[in-house]
Amino acid sequence: MAIVFEKPKALTDTVLHYCPGCPHGIIHRLVAEAIDELGIEGKTIGVAPVGCAVMAYDYFACDMIEAAHGRAPAVATGIKRCRPDNVVFTYQGDGDLASIGMAETVHAAARNENITVIFVNNAIYGMTGGQMAPTSLPGQVTQTSPYGRDVNHCGWPIKVCEMLSTLEGPEYITRVAVNNVKNVNSAKKAIKKAFQNQIEGKGFSLVEVVSACPTNWGMTPQKALEWVQSDMLPYYPIGVYKDRTAAKEAEGK
Amino acid sequence: MAERVLMKGNEAIAEAAIRAGCRHYFGYPITPQTEIAAYMAKKMPKIGGVFLQAESEIASINMVYGAAATGCRVMTSSSSPGISLKAEGLSYIAGSDVPALVVNVQRGGPGLGGIQPSQSDYFQATKGGGHGDYRMIVLAPASVQEMASLTIKGFNLADKYRMTSMILADGTIGQMMEPISFEDAEIETYEKPWALTGTEGKRAHNIVNSLYLQPDALEKTNFERYERYKLIEENEPMWEEYMMDDAEVCVVAFGIASRVAKNAVVAARAEGIKVGLIRPITLWPFPTKALRAAADKVKQFISVELNMGQMIEDVRLATECKRPVSLCNRTGGMIPSPEQVLESIRQAQKGV
Amino acid sequence: MAKVTFRTDLCKGCGLCVSACPKGILAIDAEQINKKGYSPAVMTDQEQCIGCAFCATMCPDCIITVEK
Repeated sequence: MAIVFEKPKALTDTVLHYCPGCPHGIIHRLVAEAIDELGIEGKTIGVAPVGCAVMAYDYFACDMIEAAHGRAPAVATGIKRCRPDNVVFTYQGDGDLASIGMAETVHAAARNENITVIFVNNAIYGMTGGQMAPTSLPGQVTQTSPYGRDVNHCGWPIKVCEMLSTLEGPEYITRVAVNNVKNVNSAKKAIKKAFQNQIEGKGFSLVEVVSACPTNWGMTPQKALEWVQSDMLPYYPIGVYKDRTAAKEAEGK
Repeated sequence: MAERVLMKGNEAIAEAAIRAGCRHYFGYPITPQTEIAAYMAKKMPKIGGVFLQAESEIASINMVYGAAATGCRVMTSSSSPGISLKAEGLSYIAGSDVPALVVNVQRGGPGLGGIQPSQSDYFQATKGGGHGDYRMIVLAPASVQEMASLTIKGFNLADKYRMTSMILADGTIGQMMEPISFEDAEIETYEKPWALTGTEGKRAHNIVNSLYLQPDALEKTNFERYERYKLIEENEPMWEEYMMDDAEVCVVAFGIASRVAKNAVVAARAEGIKVGLIRPITLWPFPTKALRAAADKVKQFISVELNMGQMIEDVRLATECKRPVSLCNRTGGMIPSPEQVLESIRQAQKGV
Repeated sequence: MAKVTFRTDLCKGCGLCVSACPKGILAIDAEQINKKGYSPAVMTDQEQCIGCAFCATMCPDCIITVEK
């Protein structure tokens, strides 16, 4: 018998601190699998965010840095501009990337900064205990929208992929989900491509991973994944929003 | 005779940084320091370096943080309101123990303030600015030559102690042109085994981080950092003494204020007043020993500043309030005249 | 014949593997409590396992190894 599935080497043995059923663990593993399969652990430098994934620096076996809230794309830019031959990725949540760090996100994309951004969208601030996020759905009940998100009061959720794909700059903008096996496998392909793009010098690649927060949504892990399918994905459709290389190839045909 | 070139203060900083091995500059435009960015934008691409105009001061300091974590010599520059925005990054850089050079060509404040020269960021530079227990090495040039030499010194000290060196200049010296030389510049290099370079499969992963969820661990790193700060306070204070041998009145001034003060000291000496000048070159570490020693000899201190009286608190602390300390100041972008300082010296002499 | 092994001590009992298993042969064992204080996932019928690795694909804690 041969091993067909085991923990990737690019993850350390440190036990993940995430709540039971939190898909952060799945997404960490997908990033680590991409690093393993591309054989780039030795030259990868990761940037951890502020939020639930703050301690990602303990989980990835490559060199890691912890950024201030929302600043990961700026930190990654500093690293990449000093060490263009290294592979640099950020791992950020929705509050980090789409609220406090929106300027850093948009401008790194506009510069087509040659980095890989893993954006985990679970429509809530997890680490601080379940407040409304820039991606919380209309009507979604959170600690700071206890009567449901009122779009007349606090505006509409931000669709990051749709917005970034209007820019000339970025190479690859895609949205995936991790709510079932099929989607996890697609997510893995997208994440690997986002790293491959960087290795090939193609530029800014962002993978939005629609995820879940069973604890702060107040659901069982399985129920939370069902809610991703029934409520999140209709608002945040899976798909490739921009792929410059593919678009060029299609033009050439 | 060393070769001398005529340069603007801001350009001297940029050229000195390049000579110190800095190949990465991240900044955001703000008056009155824009010549630094312009110089870097012109030079860096030609020498294999990187000049990048960031989307904000916040982004630029975080780019500096990332670049510094790779072990590169890296800098940013700004002016007072921009430094307030960089305060977040300065705190993270301090908490992560990575070296960087930050230039503040000060302008009047608070708020948007003005664009004329000022020294009103003394507290921000020497007492914090960002959150948490930390220090920055603060160097205060008083000439274009020092804009250059302290920039190189700043990079050396930043690498040596793994922390931020700040050049605390002002709009006057930034715009001033003087002949300078780079020939005495000593570039020191330090091993950086902590740097993020990729493990290459040859070592455990390096982590650059300022998060410690266990309070005892955070306390330990803060204690260790302050042990390092203690060494700096012992070994690195720099100051200039002028006509202090027989002085009964001591003027204390840094940066552009010290040049005005020096003229006033000369004029007062001509009137027979025994007055001298102590010019702190490092504002942190403050030249406490020099001031403490002076307090045993002189009868009165005058702190000359382009603010509402900030360094005066350190003068009082250093002299343990043994002698009266008066303030001679202008603020908001105004500079005291030599006559104003001379009058302060005369008044102090009367009190002696 | 396939084999699934769990690093049971690290299991948080979230049950995502249980619902992912197409053969319905995984379960949360309410009788057991692991070192972390959770009732872990267990294999109930190894013979039936087809080694599809769906369980491991959905496991957020990387505790499942699949051999085939």
